[in-house]
Amino acid sequence: MPTDAALPIEPLEARHRRQSVVELALAAATALAAIPALAIVAFIVYKGAPAISWAFLTEMPVSGMTKGGIQPAIVGTLWLVGVSLLFSVPVGILAGMYLSEYAGESRLSRIVDLAIVNLAGVPSIVHALFGLGAFVLFLDFGTSILSGGLTLGVMTLPVIITSTKAAMQSVPHNFRVACWNLGASRWQTIWHVVLPNALPGILTGVILQVSRAAGETAPVLFTGAAFYLPILPTTVWDQTMALSMHVFALVTQVPNVSEELKYGTALVLLGVVLCFNSFAIVLRLYLRRNRRW
Amino acid sequence: MADPIARRRPPRYTRYVEWVIEGLIRVCGLSAIVFILAIFVFIGKEGIGFLGTHIVGMLSSTDWNPTSTPPAFGLIALLVGTFWCVGLSLLISVPVGLASAVYLSEFAGDSRREGLKIVVELLAAIPSVVWGFIGVMILNPLLQKAGAPVGLNGLNGAIVLALMTLPLLVSLGEDALRAVPESYRQAAIAMGATKWEMVWRVLLPAARRGLLVAVLLGVGRCVGETMAVLMVTGHAARIPHSIYDPVRTLTATIAAELGEAVRGGEHYQALFALGILLFFVTFVVNLIADAAVRARKTQ
Repeated sequence: MPTDAALPIEPLEARHRRQSVVELALAAATALAAIPALAIVAFIVYKGAPAISWAFLTEMPVSGMTKGGIQPAIVGTLWLVGVSLLFSVPVGILAGMYLSEYAGESRLSRIVDLAIVNLAGVPSIVHALFGLGAFVLFLDFGTSILSGGLTLGVMTLPVIITSTKAAMQSVPHNFRVACWNLGASRWQTIWHVVLPNALPGILTGVILQVSRAAGETAPVLFTGAAFYLPILPTTVWDQTMALSMHVFALVTQVPNVSEELKYGTALVLLGVVLCFNSFAIVLRLYLRRNRRW
Repeated sequence: MADPIARRRPPRYTRYVEWVIEGLIRVCGLSAIVFILAIFVFIGKEGIGFLGTHIVGMLSSTDWNPTSTPPAFGLIALLVGTFWCVGLSLLISVPVGLASAVYLSEFAGDSRREGLKIVVELLAAIPSVVWGFIGVMILNPLLQKAGAPVGLNGLNGAIVLALMTLPLLVSLGEDALRAVPESYRQAAIAMGATKWEMVWRVLLPAARRGLLVAVLLGVGRCVGETMAVLMVTGHAARIPHSIYDPVRTLTATIAAELGEAVRGGEHYQALFALGILLFFVTFVVNLIADAAVRARKTQ
């Protein structure tokens, strides 16, 4: 017999009172989880906004980064994210395709799933070690945009695979059956039916990884990002400054940087990341509302 | 007259194209395995020899001073520093995070839940270097105003880590609670339980595996977090005695020293050995979490 049955039942009023107290406490915890972080974001916007100007975004840093703009950091981040996407988007989408359309419930797909979970959990600094060992030294790409971008690409790969797989699996099986019955091959079905229907979902996952790649610092620290390099990169073999690295440098490495400059740079990075994320969220909400099946 | 079906059969080259594409898909499908192995090989190659010869010394000394002569590679202070930060941060983030998850899943109305989930998702997207910035520029001055001694310290790091992990705990915890079948809730309410009694006696026990997974992934995230802890914990490789002592973590040590370590030298290898440890810890945490997820699915 469960012992609970023998418990005396409390008066209803006390139980209801406890219910309201607990509900209040839980709401307070939720507020504690959200409000400090929101307040901090608002504070960064408040302190950083005065620094933002067209000149700040389009000028070179001067006087050992204590004055001037952040243009090379912005451009460098674009390069790094671009290279990472060139690698992770095709590989990730094809891999997601494999898991959704080809692998089935095999032992192999189970191992791939496990590898994806673990790859997603690898700490960013371990990715940095890998990037240094594999891309910078072993493949001899040197400290370059190529090495840094590829390191970021490997890091963002698991999430792109997972979101592609989920987006393709959410396309109803009937769609495929109908297409096969018309005599289309497996690949034709994927290309003409599954992929177009899954594309918005895949795009959402990719956009989220753009913001993640733009924000990461540790993986590019030793593979592609330069501390202070006031020229714009011209090829993928160049080193470059990066926004995330620049925030790190201004806060911890460079003396006599004005608060405004620090907050302004952090705000630009935060703005880029949050814009991409909001875009992905809006896209997802729009999709959920306009689902065709 | 030609056979109409034969005429519509795709030309031979498209079959070759498909063969190539499907081959490519299969190769890419295995990319995750390839990269996880490659990470293991490239980090192992540099670090495993060092780990093999120095493991006893590393685990029996608190003195991490790789640039002195003779160099000292004691790990204990770094391990304690890591788990100090992670432990302290979890003390804050687990209760608050799981309570918010319960609130979002069971008490908040639909529109409020959707709104809060978007907020949580955006907070989860804040990059770790920005959290480091927040710790140095905003939180540390606040702590000092509240009476903490001057300087960066472990408490600062723990609070930043807690704020970083909260969104993850909330969203994973909420998923775990939502996964409990609606009929459990209906049965409990029909028995006359109040909502809280339903949550406490039925929902939390039913969702405990999922909640455990959320906490485990939170631990994994904290252990692997690099930039924020590098910037805010004070970076002193000493065993902390109070929450106001500066600490140093495994990840921060790699990030701070890899740039100056001579490639192929002992120091360099030691940092890769730390990488192996980190890889191993997060690997185990993820395997346990994955096993828990699978057990939940087969239940």
